[in-house]
Amino acid sequence: MRLREIPITAWVGLFGIALALFCALFAPWISPYGETEVVGNVWQEADAQFFFGLDNLGRDILSRLIFGARTTLIVALAATVISFSLGIILSFTAAVSGGLVDTVFSRFNDLMMSIPTLIFALVVLAVLPQHLIVLILVMAILDSTRVYRLGRAVALDVAVMEFVEAAKLRGEGKIWIIFREILPNTLSPLLAEFGLRFAFAILFLSTLSFLGLGIQPPTADWGGMVKDNKDGIIFGIPAALVPGTAIAALAVCVNLVVDWLLKRTSSLKGGRGDA
Amino acid sequence: MSNSTEAGGSPARSLRERFPLLSIIAQRMVLSLILLLAVSALIFGGVEALPGDFASTYLGQSATPEAVANITAELGLDRPLVTRYFDWLGGVLQGDFGTSWASRNSVSEQVGNRLGNSLFLAAFAAVIAVPLAICLGMLSVHFRDRIPDKIINVISLAAISLPEFFVGYLLILYFAVNFGIATFPATVYQGMGFMERLQTIALPTATLVLVVLAHMMRMTRAAILSVMSSAYMETAELKGLSGWRAIVKHAAPNALAPIINVVALNLAYLVVGVVVVEVVFVYPGMGQYMVDAVTVRDMPVVQACGLIFAAVYILLNMVADILAIIANPRLRHPR
Amino acid sequence: MHEASSHLLSVRNLKIEATSYPPGEPPKRITIVDDVSFDLAKGKVLGLIGESGAGKSTIGLAALGYGRGGAEITGGEVKLDGTDILQLGKSGIRKLRGARVCYVAQSAAAAFNPAHKLGDQVIEATVKHRLMSKEEARERALYLFQVLGLPNPETFGDRFPHQVSGGQLQRAMTAMALCSKPDLIVFDEPTTALDVTTQIDVLAAIKHAIEETDTAALYITHDLAVVAQISDDIMVLRHGKMVEYGPVQEIIEAPRQDYTRALVNVRQAAREEAVDQTEAVLRVDHVSAQYSNGFKVLHDVSLHLCKGQTLAVVGESGSGKSTLARVITGLLAPSSGAITFEGRPLTPLLKSRPRDDLRRIQLIYQMADTAMNPRQTVRDIIGRPLTFYDGLRGSAKTARVKELLDQIEMGTGFIDRYPAELSGGQKQRVAIARALAARPELILCDEPTSALDPLVAEGILKLLMKLQEEQQLSYLFITHDIAIVKAIADSVAVMHRGKLVRFGPKSQALSPPFDDYTDLLLKSVPEMQLGWLEKVLTTRRMESAGN
Repeated sequence: MRLREIPITAWVGLFGIALALFCALFAPWISPYGETEVVGNVWQEADAQFFFGLDNLGRDILSRLIFGARTTLIVALAATVISFSLGIILSFTAAVSGGLVDTVFSRFNDLMMSIPTLIFALVVLAVLPQHLIVLILVMAILDSTRVYRLGRAVALDVAVMEFVEAAKLRGEGKIWIIFREILPNTLSPLLAEFGLRFAFAILFLSTLSFLGLGIQPPTADWGGMVKDNKDGIIFGIPAALVPGTAIAALAVCVNLVVDWLLKRTSSLKGGRGDA
Repeated sequence: MSNSTEAGGSPARSLRERFPLLSIIAQRMVLSLILLLAVSALIFGGVEALPGDFASTYLGQSATPEAVANITAELGLDRPLVTRYFDWLGGVLQGDFGTSWASRNSVSEQVGNRLGNSLFLAAFAAVIAVPLAICLGMLSVHFRDRIPDKIINVISLAAISLPEFFVGYLLILYFAVNFGIATFPATVYQGMGFMERLQTIALPTATLVLVVLAHMMRMTRAAILSVMSSAYMETAELKGLSGWRAIVKHAAPNALAPIINVVALNLAYLVVGVVVVEVVFVYPGMGQYMVDAVTVRDMPVVQACGLIFAAVYILLNMVADILAIIANPRLRHPR
Repeated sequence: MHEASSHLLSVRNLKIEATSYPPGEPPKRITIVDDVSFDLAKGKVLGLIGESGAGKSTIGLAALGYGRGGAEITGGEVKLDGTDILQLGKSGIRKLRGARVCYVAQSAAAAFNPAHKLGDQVIEATVKHRLMSKEEARERALYLFQVLGLPNPETFGDRFPHQVSGGQLQRAMTAMALCSKPDLIVFDEPTTALDVTTQIDVLAAIKHAIEETDTAALYITHDLAVVAQISDDIMVLRHGKMVEYGPVQEIIEAPRQDYTRALVNVRQAAREEAVDQTEAVLRVDHVSAQYSNGFKVLHDVSLHLCKGQTLAVVGESGSGKSTLARVITGLLAPSSGAITFEGRPLTPLLKSRPRDDLRRIQLIYQMADTAMNPRQTVRDIIGRPLTFYDGLRGSAKTARVKELLDQIEMGTGFIDRYPAELSGGQKQRVAIARALAARPELILCDEPTSALDPLVAEGILKLLMKLQEEQQLSYLFITHDIAIVKAIADSVAVMHRGKLVRFGPKSQALSPPFDDYTDLLLKSVPEMQLGWLEKVLTTRRMESAGN
């Protein structure tokens, strides 16, 4: 993989992700003010001292943005990793086992997928206690259905190839077949899908926080920041747009990288149905 | 292949063989109904199966033992689960979704008003987005890998990365506040004139369109490209047919099924997008109703809204399935 | 210098190039066709023959001024009736295609549009080029359907591509090409994908149609026996260059170049069958099998294979020969009957078999591309059975892998290569080595040479025979190719629609008296003889007239 072959758009994407990661890792040290520190007047205008101005409680938006990066990235990443692992393990097992296992898993997955993610999340979050773990698990389990669908399609594509049958004829066990025969041949589309899921997790988390059901205040979270400052819009105060832009920018960067990965994949399964 | 050598064969089988298309469609419809039933059980029962004593969570700080007992009895939470489910289901089938815990009003009444509003908004957005998406998709294919395509690709990539609320507030800030040419909040009410209604929902519609357009356009482009690279397209070229004829006569009929699929999938996505847009624009629809209910844990409303959204989603997917089947010549003209 | 061309098609110094993008390297320019020249007179047939990659399809498409998949015509001229079509603009070429020059593709199933009726597609080019009115075109199509021997010609045009069989589609494609009364038709391997018994009908139909309409044709194939039946002249191609070019009689009976001679003599060798004195290593007793949907795929099949010998199982698609292999390996359990291996009964299902049993029966697949994990090196592929069955690792494993590479006549330098870096023949050799690594008693070969070029296939067969002699291996060799059977088998089993119609030592099985199917099968195999097709057709006509 020559570095020169990576297109500019992918470089931009990688840069953006790296920037967010940097903020996430070093938030307490690089942020000018504290996460919940009140430093001035409500919706004070941006100037040299407060780069993006102050929010609805007089806190520095830039600082909250940096801390928000940490929250967003950790939660989105955790949810994606869990959903991806769950989805891949279940889908590969279904693809390799076939028969009843496949039917049961797939029917259940279809059932879970027949309720739109946001609606399902709303229903579930109406009942469960407000807790970070709960939020991560809800996001993860709901999203794993999409991963399952793609994983199964990709695994089946490979599973019907004769070298998988040759391994079965040898007497190899399921674990070997999944990890040594099928998985290495599915890395490219899976990697792209991981990126897609991550982008979706970022957007989904922000949406939930915006609706008041995600990360609870006073923890800084980009979606929550939009919610806090949305009333200022009517008065022409753009404070809510700053975290919104951050969300959009990060999602764009991830999508740019995914787009590059997808171009390198020969078979395209699934698509971007994120409903 | 089993031979139907028994004299006469069973009537059910010959019906299936005579009308294969209709029987597949009927099958899909029945399947969707069963799915809807299962979803209703999931929504109702699943909520109960989740950890945490509901009454305590509902009361939160003020959860004293007496208060919990009172609420449990009052809301009927002490009756067995299955009984409650069938009661609820029975009511739903008659159009009665129960009583809201927060406002003590009939849920069905609210749903009646709001569902119309939400569907109106979604339909308006769909009518604008679908033709636009297909046109842009075709343009993108026509100029494949040249400048217009690359521009469309980057813009659509950006568009699918934008959260709906961001787009909404952006539009509000510029068009409503700064330029003052649009209305915010988008309050509609009974008896409002049609044109006035359209004007009021201009911004929410624009938001919905922008997000859905990007998804749909990209998927349309992929569908058309895959059809264009089929062997029969090469045959059309080797027969000396003009590019235009090849696209219209040979590519289009085969692209129909995948494009219908794309459109239906995205219409279903629209259903979800409506929720956020309604909250942003304070539009009196189902989405806002549900979000408010979730915040105060008003279960009957949450369950009702959840079921209705799921039903619309399932319905759209079923229609997509059926249309795709109809568009498939192999199924229209069996051996 | 304008020669008085009585030739319809005159190709001079044709050069076709393309850009290839090997992974991890800069793109490079490769020459697909290099300096090819030939003439074709009106009403004559020129056969283009060569192995895959020789450039024959590319030349055929160049006659239509078309380059598939990025191929560009960079030099030479292609003159149709004196006009160089390479100099015509896009619209000029469009006028020719489908009107004066037509193309019949290899896969008719893919080339027809599933959304339209066959009749509409057959007349489309003719009508669009304003050569005939719609009614006239339909009449001509009907006439062609009759000439080509299609069933129910009046209603055939109303059917959709998925409603008719492969052979019928191929003929429909020929009708589509003939409809506009072209001067030249390019046939691109039209019968390669068909069964032997179907192939002969289509071949006869094509020959008849060309003669009736006095059309010139370029007939592209890799099967010399087929092209000998239908061409007036033959051009042999290799790696994009012309090897030999001349009248068909010369090429077949007195080839001058070594390469041509090798192609002509392919599988002339026949093998002496072994005398049946060894005990049976495999015995199949009254085995029937069916799929889960109830479809009976094997009916009461009984045969046996003696140690150190080769049993050829012959049949066409749908005969059940591959299913037999699946039953023996345990992928499909028989619904009745039993299989005995080395004197002991064989557990029906794969999962219940002991590892040692699995080791002793190995399978070689038809497509070596998909039979090996693209992410594993040759070392891993051949080495895994060594580790799995015998526990060999590290240097012991590497040493044994090198030994096996030697046995399959490949150098030890291949040990760290990936399958994508190997040619078709090399991949199949590695597959053989993988089978050998398990030290098997029985190897099931499922059409291992069908996807390979004739000369490469020859090499594989020779290798298999050598290994059999050295290691006393027993082969169950599945094939549809009678020539292979004659060359390598000791005993023969013929299968048709799941039933065993003939079984016995080769000399017996391949001598009369025959049952109907074996008779049909043996007669349908094209022989490298001029006039063979006419003979068969005449015999058939006589037989049906006599009935």
